[in-house]
Amino acid sequence: MSEIKVSIKNLYKIFGKHPESMVEKVKAGMSKTDLLEKHGHVLGLYDVNIDIKKKHIQVIMGLSGSGKSTLIRHINRLIEPTAGSIIVDNEDILSMSQTELRDFRRSKASMVFQKFGLLPHRKVIENVSYGLLIQGINKPEALDRSNQWIESVGLSGFENHYPAQLSGGMQQRVGLARALATDADILLMDEAFSALDPLIRSDMQDVLLSLQDKLHKTIIFITHDLDEALKLGDDIAILRDGAVIQSGTAEKIILHPIDDYVTDFIKDINKARVLKARSVMGNDDFITGPEIDETVIIEDALQIVSKSGSNGAIIVKNGQKQGTVSLTDMIMAIARAEKNTDSEAVYR
Amino acid sequence: MSLLTEFPKMGRTDLRDFKKGIDESFRNFTREYGEAIENFFDPLLYFLVWLEKLFLNTPWPIILFVIATLVYLGSSSIKLTLGAILAFLTIGYLDMWDDTMATLAIISVATIVCISIGIPLGILMARSQRTQMIITPILDVMQTIPSFVYLIPVVMLLGIGKVPGLLAVCIYAIPPIVRLTNLGIRLVDKDVMEASEAFGANYRQKLIGVQIPLALPNIFAGVNQTIMMALSMVVIASMIGVKGLGVPVLRAISNQYLALGIMNGLAIVVLAILFDRVSQQFGRRLQAHTESSK
Repeated sequence: MSEIKVSIKNLYKIFGKHPESMVEKVKAGMSKTDLLEKHGHVLGLYDVNIDIKKKHIQVIMGLSGSGKSTLIRHINRLIEPTAGSIIVDNEDILSMSQTELRDFRRSKASMVFQKFGLLPHRKVIENVSYGLLIQGINKPEALDRSNQWIESVGLSGFENHYPAQLSGGMQQRVGLARALATDADILLMDEAFSALDPLIRSDMQDVLLSLQDKLHKTIIFITHDLDEALKLGDDIAILRDGAVIQSGTAEKIILHPIDDYVTDFIKDINKARVLKARSVMGNDDFITGPEIDETVIIEDALQIVSKSGSNGAIIVKNGQKQGTVSLTDMIMAIARAEKNTDSEAVYR
Repeated sequence: MSLLTEFPKMGRTDLRDFKKGIDESFRNFTREYGEAIENFFDPLLYFLVWLEKLFLNTPWPIILFVIATLVYLGSSSIKLTLGAILAFLTIGYLDMWDDTMATLAIISVATIVCISIGIPLGILMARSQRTQMIITPILDVMQTIPSFVYLIPVVMLLGIGKVPGLLAVCIYAIPPIVRLTNLGIRLVDKDVMEASEAFGANYRQKLIGVQIPLALPNIFAGVNQTIMMALSMVVIASMIGVKGLGVPVLRAISNQYLALGIMNGLAIVVLAILFDRVSQQFGRRLQAHTESSK
């Protein structure tokens, strides 16, 4: 598999007066409620372990209060963890000095915010060049480089507007351009599109995906919206009460939700549009039918198969037969989610 | 039983000695360091005298022109500019020109002093909770203590004259600029600050690039308040030897000259209104670009 870019290991965050002394209690199994009632401390993150692959979009999703915004702020240390480690490119960012940390933030990890966080007193072009100017790059060059990013997020012509003169969607394009302009390999996106209305949000997702096709950044994307998570995420981690309860690809989570919470979470989504026919692939010789590529989603596969009148389809990859899927399996897959306690399921 | 009816107090001799002791030690301090402190303020005195002379010796049409230009640049309002010209013509016609110039000089110097001390102090105060905890009560004292009370040590130390007057004005006028600078910086949008932090800005970059520009409307309100309070100290300052519109007011009080008092009082009011309107307009223009103007 691909290389690990960011590795979060045994990360704990406890808010309160004496968080260090509480870590042992939490590790020993004290519940969030007990911690709050008996010791007045709030459990923010509980033993979070996530390996984020290079050039992937890692979505971290959870409802409000699940600790997802806290988690993403640990990656550039806007929040200090109570225990654990965060390794980026084989370097523990928790051991960095303030100066090293500033350099890390300037050149390695940039961030896009839910509320945009634009500088209201600066024009679009100045906002986009903000990170570059902080790095100490001279103004003409910074502005020149920013212009390219403004163009790539589709904001040409608005360079000299102030943020307040733009709509929410356009403001977030500025935020995105600002984050991309620093050329950091890691892009942290904290509910970046949550404040936008649905159509604009979908637009922005497309903008992000098409940029990612060219740029291949390591993106950590926080959201509470499952559709968004499924659309963007190469990998998804579901966070609840500060703990990761399930992680893996979208297919894996949909096919094998680990518990009732996740099942509940995914019950309203259109599985046919997310799952690929490959995910229910078997190898039965009696199945005959049209050949479909392994990337085809069930929604399309069902159409092809039912048109052909066969009992299934052959899945191919680069023209090579990989296996077969039956019509019934595909229907079963989108009909309901099975419960499965085995988190390392076979599907990858 | 007498403990209940009579408040337990310090013995009369002890109390007298206590007060005497404080007076004595301050007097000693004055004798020891008075001259050094006076010398320390000399540059300020020279500047004040120079400015006053400049205002007084420059032909009045030039002054009027400069004032009108400044008002227009600050407010970009023709109406206000014409009002200012008219006000100053009236002041001159009623023989208050020289006093007004003297007042203008001391207010200008006091404002410059207050800004150059107050804004850094406000920034320091915004930086940590502890400095805020220390400075806030000091500002409270400065604002509420009757001005005559701090005139005593100031006069003991520096005698009667322009510098002690200026000091008295500054003590009274500096709190708003400090407070509003602190407040302005603390009120800067947390999200913007976080973004700046996330892009690796250091303290200076955050302060100059984000906090001060965004706090500017509040800082300007502070400057405005400081000027207003400095003007309101003009009469008290004139008691310890500051020239200007306060002197005739003082004379009017002791001799019951109604017209003289009202005229000079109104001249102070006119100055105050002008300063206020111009600085407010200017402050408003500073933040105009952040408003939506589709």
